[in-house]
Amino acid sequence: MAANLTRGRLTPLGWAALILGALIMLAPLVWTVLLSLKANAELVGNSGAALHGPYTTGNYAAIFGNSSTMRWLLNSAVVALGTTAGVLVLASLAGYGFSRLEFPFRRTLFVIVLLGLAVPSQAIILPQHQLFAWLHLHNSYPGLILPGLIGPFGVFFMTTYMRGIPLELDEAAKLDGASRWTIFWKVILPLTIPAQSTLAVFTFLGSWNDYWWPLISATHSDMYTLTVGLAAAQMNYAQTSGLGFLMAQAVFASIPIFIVYIVFQRQIVSAMAGTAVR
Amino acid sequence: MNGERDWRGLLFVGPFLFLYSVILVFPLFRGMWLSLHRVDLFGDGHFVGAGNYVRLAHDPIFSTSLMNTFKVTLMVVPVLTVLSLLLALALNNAGRGAALIRGIFFSSAVLSVTIVTLIWRFVLAPDAGLLGELWQAMGWEPLAFLSDPNLVLPSLAITTIWWSLGLPMLLFLAGLQQIPGDMYEAAALDNASRWGTFWRITVPALRRTIVLVIMLQTAAQLQIFGQAQLLTGGGPSGASRTAVLFLFETAFGRWELGYASAAAEILFLIILAVTLAQYFSTGRATGGQSGR
Repeated sequence: MAANLTRGRLTPLGWAALILGALIMLAPLVWTVLLSLKANAELVGNSGAALHGPYTTGNYAAIFGNSSTMRWLLNSAVVALGTTAGVLVLASLAGYGFSRLEFPFRRTLFVIVLLGLAVPSQAIILPQHQLFAWLHLHNSYPGLILPGLIGPFGVFFMTTYMRGIPLELDEAAKLDGASRWTIFWKVILPLTIPAQSTLAVFTFLGSWNDYWWPLISATHSDMYTLTVGLAAAQMNYAQTSGLGFLMAQAVFASIPIFIVYIVFQRQIVSAMAGTAVR
Repeated sequence: MNGERDWRGLLFVGPFLFLYSVILVFPLFRGMWLSLHRVDLFGDGHFVGAGNYVRLAHDPIFSTSLMNTFKVTLMVVPVLTVLSLLLALALNNAGRGAALIRGIFFSSAVLSVTIVTLIWRFVLAPDAGLLGELWQAMGWEPLAFLSDPNLVLPSLAITTIWWSLGLPMLLFLAGLQQIPGDMYEAAALDNASRWGTFWRITVPALRRTIVLVIMLQTAAQLQIFGQAQLLTGGGPSGASRTAVLFLFETAFGRWELGYASAAAEILFLIILAVTLAQYFSTGRATGGQSGR
């Protein structure tokens, strides 16, 4: 019995608290889904109507007829996928360089990259905004993607992972006359698929949910990502659509991210495990 | 490594380093330069030395926004740390069903800040919100969570806790799974109480994870922005304006770029201090250990 607190069974009281907590966590989500299933007119001045029928899928149908929401979805997808692809390419190349090649200033450069982990995005947002204005990159896909590519985490992550791959593999390939590029492409890269998928999931989630940079860079509504579009929609919902439609947009915007989460749950949990143990 | 010193290795790290220098290193120094100048939207302005910093020190709006940020951080971090630890302990014992409940507690963490505020706007709103409906059903007067100066920061804190619970919970769960079972068996042989076991075995074994969670969350909450900007716009009358919201308004509302840069540098230093505190309290950096 002594070890119950961390090993063994949860007491009934513990279960009750756990389930109550889970219900509290779920309540706002359920409330949102219920609101999204109500006709807008019914909710005016009476959101309690969401607790009973009649329910309708009209708000969701309206989203598919609403070109701006679909446009934001497209923008979010382009930006998140572009950022993910870019991070994987840059981080793999740099990880290979830092982990297996010897070149001048290698250690110094790696430390400089690691120091970037301590720089919060707020500290550089203003000059970044200026820079992108000079380059005429605001309100463009490259403008939305590029700042997502410089996170040092990916490089650090791939470098660490590649250090774990035995150097004998490189030596053997070198004896066969393989070039650095061939070793990278044919030998090392295929072995990093698990790391690539973990990095991809986190980069995608982070980019899809980013609000700070697109808020500042995308000022034309046709270049909004879903996060910025939903921010604009909730600021002036009273004048425009309606509560039910707004909540349907929220649910609609969360669906892709929930799909990614459910499909890649394993990667997320095991990556967390890695962080905690390190 | 393989002993060759060859500049061609730079070709592999070059693409990243180029973007890193242009989009991170240059703006970092440019920001320091800007903070020493009086700059607005057009033109490069003129040198004012520490002028912007002196002005910040005397700006009640800035000091209030810093205080608000500290208050929210103090409301969020302890509650979040304790709750997520308890949650992890419970889930670690839950056996079957744990995965489902873990999924529920983590689900909010994958949402973006705009969806979270959209949800909580209509939980907290007195006239159209879930809590308003609940209060009315109990026959109470609905509370104006977002327009009462005394309730607005706790409301932002609750929203943030609901949003952020999943990640520390997973970190603690992973940490718990690393504790060898025979440590508990030894404690059981000693007839240690539940509390004794918790304090003498679980907590010391989780020390690193606890520090990690506290520091990560502190750094995250010091940058709290979206919740305030979207739910309250910093109101009522500045009662929920956070430091990053101040920075945002100064820079992209009034275009006082030098002044906003100075505020950004102050915030950077505060967050850096937290990061360094983590470095020294765990004896190694989260990332730096393999930088050898």
